[in-house]
Amino acid sequence: MKITTLLASAAVALGLATSAFADGHEKTKVGFVYVGPVGDGGWTYEHNKGRLAVEEAFGDAVETVFVENVAEGPDSERVMTQMALDGADLIFTTSFGYMDPTINIAKKFPKVKFEHATGYKRAENVSTYSARFYEGRAIQGHIAGSMTKSNIIGYIGSFPIPEVIRGINSAYIHAKKVNPDVQFKIVWAYTWFDPAKEADAAKVLIEQGADVVLQHTDSTAPQAAAQEAGNVITFGQASDMGQYAPLPRVSSIIDDWAPYYIARTKAVMDGTWESVDTWDGIGAGMVGIGEISDAVPADVKAEALAMKDAIASGEYHPFTGPLKKQDGSDWLADGEVADDGTLAGMSFYVEGIEGDIPN
Amino acid sequence: MDLSVINPILLFAALMSAATPILLAATGELVVERAGVLNLGVEGMMILGAICGFAIAVETGSPIIGFVAAAAGGAVLSLLFAFLTQITLANQVASGLALTLFGLGLSALLGQGYVGIKPPRLPDINFGFLAEIPVIGPVVFSHDPILYFGIGLVAAVWATLKYTRVGLVLRAVGENHDAAHALGYKVVRIRTLAIMFGGACAGMGGAYISLIRVPQWTEGMTAGVGWIALALVVFASWKPWRVLLGAYLFGGITQLQLNLQGAGVAIPVEYLAMSPYLITIVVLVILSADKSAAPGSLGRTFHASH
Repeated sequence: MKITTLLASAAVALGLATSAFADGHEKTKVGFVYVGPVGDGGWTYEHNKGRLAVEEAFGDAVETVFVENVAEGPDSERVMTQMALDGADLIFTTSFGYMDPTINIAKKFPKVKFEHATGYKRAENVSTYSARFYEGRAIQGHIAGSMTKSNIIGYIGSFPIPEVIRGINSAYIHAKKVNPDVQFKIVWAYTWFDPAKEADAAKVLIEQGADVVLQHTDSTAPQAAAQEAGNVITFGQASDMGQYAPLPRVSSIIDDWAPYYIARTKAVMDGTWESVDTWDGIGAGMVGIGEISDAVPADVKAEALAMKDAIASGEYHPFTGPLKKQDGSDWLADGEVADDGTLAGMSFYVEGIEGDIPN
Repeated sequence: MDLSVINPILLFAALMSAATPILLAATGELVVERAGVLNLGVEGMMILGAICGFAIAVETGSPIIGFVAAAAGGAVLSLLFAFLTQITLANQVASGLALTLFGLGLSALLGQGYVGIKPPRLPDINFGFLAEIPVIGPVVFSHDPILYFGIGLVAAVWATLKYTRVGLVLRAVGENHDAAHALGYKVVRIRTLAIMFGGACAGMGGAYISLIRVPQWTEGMTAGVGWIALALVVFASWKPWRVLLGAYLFGGITQLQLNLQGAGVAIPVEYLAMSPYLITIVVLVILSADKSAAPGSLGRTFHASH
């Protein structure tokens, strides 16, 4: 698989190289590096929608390029280098695993601006941006905990990185709140995008008694597996995945990158771009909650929407004490709210979750 | 940790289903390689088969017609490879890689209108009372026809290669194409047919993913299965039954490790995640200690004048 990505990148790079000579350099050129295909129906699909919004907002003043299916690691450095050499002014690298490559390449091209999604390493010409997906996870946890009959909630994790662990913790805390008997079964797929494997993971969880499946992988395959099994509810991840509503998909977390991408492109055009750390949630509109379907009981739906409003207004924080870590040690005192630093580097489960986090 | 949540019957049933795409693609590639051609385009043919099968099954409402279309789609795409390598004598490695890239792109284009659609379901074969035998019934007699077709295909390929004249000629072409040519066999024609067979098998393997295992269409959904099938052929020393063993081992351990994770077994997840690759390779490498070698002309270009 590596070699295909490598060649794909090379082929695209070649295409970029030839087109760059054709039209000087008056347009602002924005590059996007994607971890999956634009048609994954989830994570990459939403980033690509953001890219199209940039094109629509600025018309002829911008030119966007993208490379999809770029493996995390050295391959991505090659793709970024080529984009920078081809005159990109701004490059969005849209997966956690591009963090170090982005920093490395940004050093070599100090005039090019980089934006890395979901990471925590910044530089003079590297911004980071992410969305507070855990806010949406809290609402999912609430619905999941209220609706499960088997009290077993399956969770398909991609990689054990803070973003994913945050989601698990947030969902667990809120499921546990409404249903003290709830148990989380977590399976790590070690991939962001592999529909067959994601579907297998969902099937295994369902066979082991889960009647709710939460996913932190990019494709809609777990939705299809749940639909096939019947009597299982799921949530759209990164994108609405509305084609699986009203069942199994009962709601979703939608990432809306368009306003951010437009604002950052504008900043490059105006020369006002600065390295920043953006982490927005439901309030700012970066995280959307997809329509809660009729399969959810009316009272649960009302509670979920109330929670959404409370989070959006800043009145409620999903990580509010009293909370303990998995090992029983105290984390947050009563009423205390988690600080962003701890959340950004979260590498522990909260009390009650079984199993260890892989290293 | 609670191992009782793992149902061994469901595990074995799932293993067979998980192994089938790899099995189909690898069996096809085995025939291609035994004819002396290295086609690295398996992934491309699989993904094209996945969308052809999906689209036709949705349009006609019949999954079986979908599988036929998938086989046809894979075979047609492989003809491009055959043309490049057998007629224009292009490098096989480069042509195969190009085929994969082309297949991925073409399938994404063809599949644009099919995202989010649920395909018609291929019913399991009804074995009557056989399916009611405890344990064996649900494991062995509760699957879709394509899964049995895959096993039958392995048996057929094995018997053909070992006992028939066609198989002997195919192997002769693969072992030494100059000698086969000197004996009057049509090397290019035989290889082209083998390539098409490989393409058809890969196409069906892809359709098994999009129609049965997932079932949906997503761009790039084969996600590297074709490369695993390719590796499997080598590790299986170009022997059909070992391909079956390898595919079942790989599929089985993949399923098992997901089950163990769900059950909360205290083995670090990293080891579980890499176990399918590791164990499959180790077992097949040990088996291949009998010094079975690659076909003599594998990957070499043939031209009658050389």
